[in-house]
Amino acid sequence: MATPAAARPSVPLRSATLDNGLKVLIREEHTAPLASVWCWYRVGSRDEAPGLTGVSHWVEHMNFKGTTNIPRDQVKGIIEQFGGTWNGYTWIDQTTYLETATKDAIDRMLFIESERMARCLYEPEDCESERTVIISELQGGENDPDQLLDQELTATAFKAHPYRHPTIGWLSDLQSMTRDDLYGYYRRHYIPNNATLVIVGDVDPDDALRRVERFFGPIEAGNRPARVRTREPEQLGDRRLVIRKEGTAAYLRVGYHAPAVADRAFVPALLLDAVLTGAKGVNLWTSFRVPPPQRSTRLYRALVERGLASAVSGAMLPTAEPFLWTISATATDGTPLGAVESALLEALDRIRREGVTDAELARAKAQLHARMVFDDDSVTSLAHQIGFFETIASAAFVEQLPAAIAAASVQDVSAVAGDLLKPSNRTIGWFDPE
Amino acid sequence: MTTRGLAPARTVLDNGAVIVAKESGKTPAVSINLALRAGSIGDPPGAAGSTYLLSQTIDRGTERRPASEIAEALDDRGITLSFGVTRHLFSVVCTCLAPDVEFVLALLAEIVSMPSVPESELATRKGEAVTTLRQDEDNPAIRAVERLMSLLYGSEHPYGRPARGTIATIEAATRESLLDLHRQRFAPGELSVVLVGDLDVQHVFDVARAVFGSWSAPSPRPIDVPHPAPAAERRRIVIPMMNKSQADIAYGFTTITRSDPSYFPFWLMNNVFGQYALGGRLGDSIRERQGMAYYVSSTFDPNVVEGPLLIRAGVSAANVDRAIASIDEEIAALVRDGITDKEIAESRQYMIGSMPRALETNAGIAQFLQTSEFFGLGEDYDVRLPDRLHAVTRDQVHDVARRFLAPERATIVVAGPYEG
Repeated sequence: MATPAAARPSVPLRSATLDNGLKVLIREEHTAPLASVWCWYRVGSRDEAPGLTGVSHWVEHMNFKGTTNIPRDQVKGIIEQFGGTWNGYTWIDQTTYLETATKDAIDRMLFIESERMARCLYEPEDCESERTVIISELQGGENDPDQLLDQELTATAFKAHPYRHPTIGWLSDLQSMTRDDLYGYYRRHYIPNNATLVIVGDVDPDDALRRVERFFGPIEAGNRPARVRTREPEQLGDRRLVIRKEGTAAYLRVGYHAPAVADRAFVPALLLDAVLTGAKGVNLWTSFRVPPPQRSTRLYRALVERGLASAVSGAMLPTAEPFLWTISATATDGTPLGAVESALLEALDRIRREGVTDAELARAKAQLHARMVFDDDSVTSLAHQIGFFETIASAAFVEQLPAAIAAASVQDVSAVAGDLLKPSNRTIGWFDPE
Repeated sequence: MTTRGLAPARTVLDNGAVIVAKESGKTPAVSINLALRAGSIGDPPGAAGSTYLLSQTIDRGTERRPASEIAEALDDRGITLSFGVTRHLFSVVCTCLAPDVEFVLALLAEIVSMPSVPESELATRKGEAVTTLRQDEDNPAIRAVERLMSLLYGSEHPYGRPARGTIATIEAATRESLLDLHRQRFAPGELSVVLVGDLDVQHVFDVARAVFGSWSAPSPRPIDVPHPAPAAERRRIVIPMMNKSQADIAYGFTTITRSDPSYFPFWLMNNVFGQYALGGRLGDSIRERQGMAYYVSSTFDPNVVEGPLLIRAGVSAANVDRAIASIDEEIAALVRDGITDKEIAESRQYMIGSMPRALETNAGIAQFLQTSEFFGLGEDYDVRLPDRLHAVTRDQVHDVARRFLAPERATIVVAGPYEG
């Protein structure tokens, strides 16, 4: 018979900080002859000033366009030669880059990331070419009504905090930003003391650290940019928006201001989301690609089983500062959005008044546990988790999460439901097709 | 992966069901990839989408358990379960914690062999399916690809008709029609179950024998899937969707079967043409040099009969003509000049070198083994694959490009804010 499904033994994380301030986190993982290298920067769309929205993401694109020592025509294939893949993403708190390849590519991966940190080219013609690529990315997103609604809802829920604007940026900013805007932003934020380098894989930590020193040690530290200090004022009344646009399906999205990852209310909120919509785990790289177990959840029963919605989902995402917990539902063909909204708010009001049950909490905990086991299945995924949480809080969060989940009580989750689900804390968005 | 390769264990039950198992200690979990040769090609005439609708209802009640009991059993254990329908396969993909594998196998056996399709569940699932189809109507990418497949194969061909059906066919489906479809197409001889993870091979074979071994059903009648006639001329169709911000281009050809001797040259050619790094040659031209698209690539999907080569790109309306012209130019260059020594070496190295990544996770291994099982590639396919790629020559690649690709025989669909 199989071994019990305990979390696998914790592998110690080798942690070091280079003289230039680069934080390095290394974990041995010998299940496959692979290594994954991620370089995380504490810069995301929340760091963007008006007029420069989208700059973090555009900079990410530019950082795949060649460096002093990687000529433009040698970018293609630089990691594919090792059977590897590379990618990057930008979100509200962070920008990150990764390579996963066979372990013999470790020097190549570190070389790429060290070049990316200090020596990207930003050729004017590449900036122009990428402008239209990014506008194409924006327009592709606009083709999806649900994505459009998400963007509008976030912009309505926040009036002060820069989480309000989309990571892709506003179109007019993308049309007007200059090469020097991009390059200046890159130079300010891409410094070793604003970054975390993570290595997970079939490596020897001491050897890996020596290699990191060799590639990154010569890069000079810079002045770490201050981050925006604005705090979103408490929302004083519920907000609402309606998008009326040609379309074939109606979408509802409701957002509540939610705790940041380091807030003690975060784990209870994660469990509340699991009770209502099913556990997704906390890995943005993997777990959100697979639908959660959710047929016994409150909102699935209230909306989908009653035929009001064809789908419902929730997102309680780990963020550095208070973001939104959102619930999305697609109205079944012919069902008015008002009917979906009423059923949703009724279910939320009930859990706010009555709290959660022991059985619901036990199920949510079992689901989260399973999800975290499933998400530990690749060096890429493990490395993502270490860097993601180190960038928004602490790498230790991942290690501590199982205990925090186990410790959360019915009272803790019910209290968060009572606080979070206040009508004055919510924003309701409709995509109501014409 | 070692030099010995995956080396899965395989057994065939007396009723014909195939069980494949591979122990892997990466996580205390098991990935199960179950497939029945009962895909959408089995949709009855005039009832496209029936298999898809069955996939949405099959786990909503069995002869032994109501839907609510199944839902709670899955949710209590955090089990991830999803159903998919391709042209030839009805698939169930599941991940569970290692101690739950026995329970899950028993449940899956019940689900695939004795669904009850309660009327109330069917009504709800039909509502969801109709809503999904309405969403698809507003999705330029889906509209473009579905229309392209219909043009390449014909609107009634099993590869050309919409796998999710139409609103009319979904609404016309009944409990009896779905149970009838199940009786006609689902049988143990069509089943293969692949399990990968923290498991004991002999134990899962014993469990599988206990839960699937008693299933008895006659083999379904074979379905004749006609070979498509290659396009004789260039076709270009526009689906105006003026409410959209961007246009989707779908551009394609019919190609070869998976068993065709040209499979490996074709696969390599497609990697060079529309996959390698950021979209191969297509990506170099349309995204990198011209900055026209966020995404552009080509996919090659050989199948039991000749599958498609499908090129897709999302571009602004103003760039539709230029993007199509660029695709034409890249195809013309490929047909005229073939690929270079450097290109074939790079793609080959990548395709072989990326195998440890593809086979890193339990789910990745399970998918690989299931595909090998379906196409009869052999249990040691992962070991033999590098040699097959090494054997491909530039001339072979050039030959398939000349035989199958030609701008003058391309079928092109554009959907989006563009009127042609």
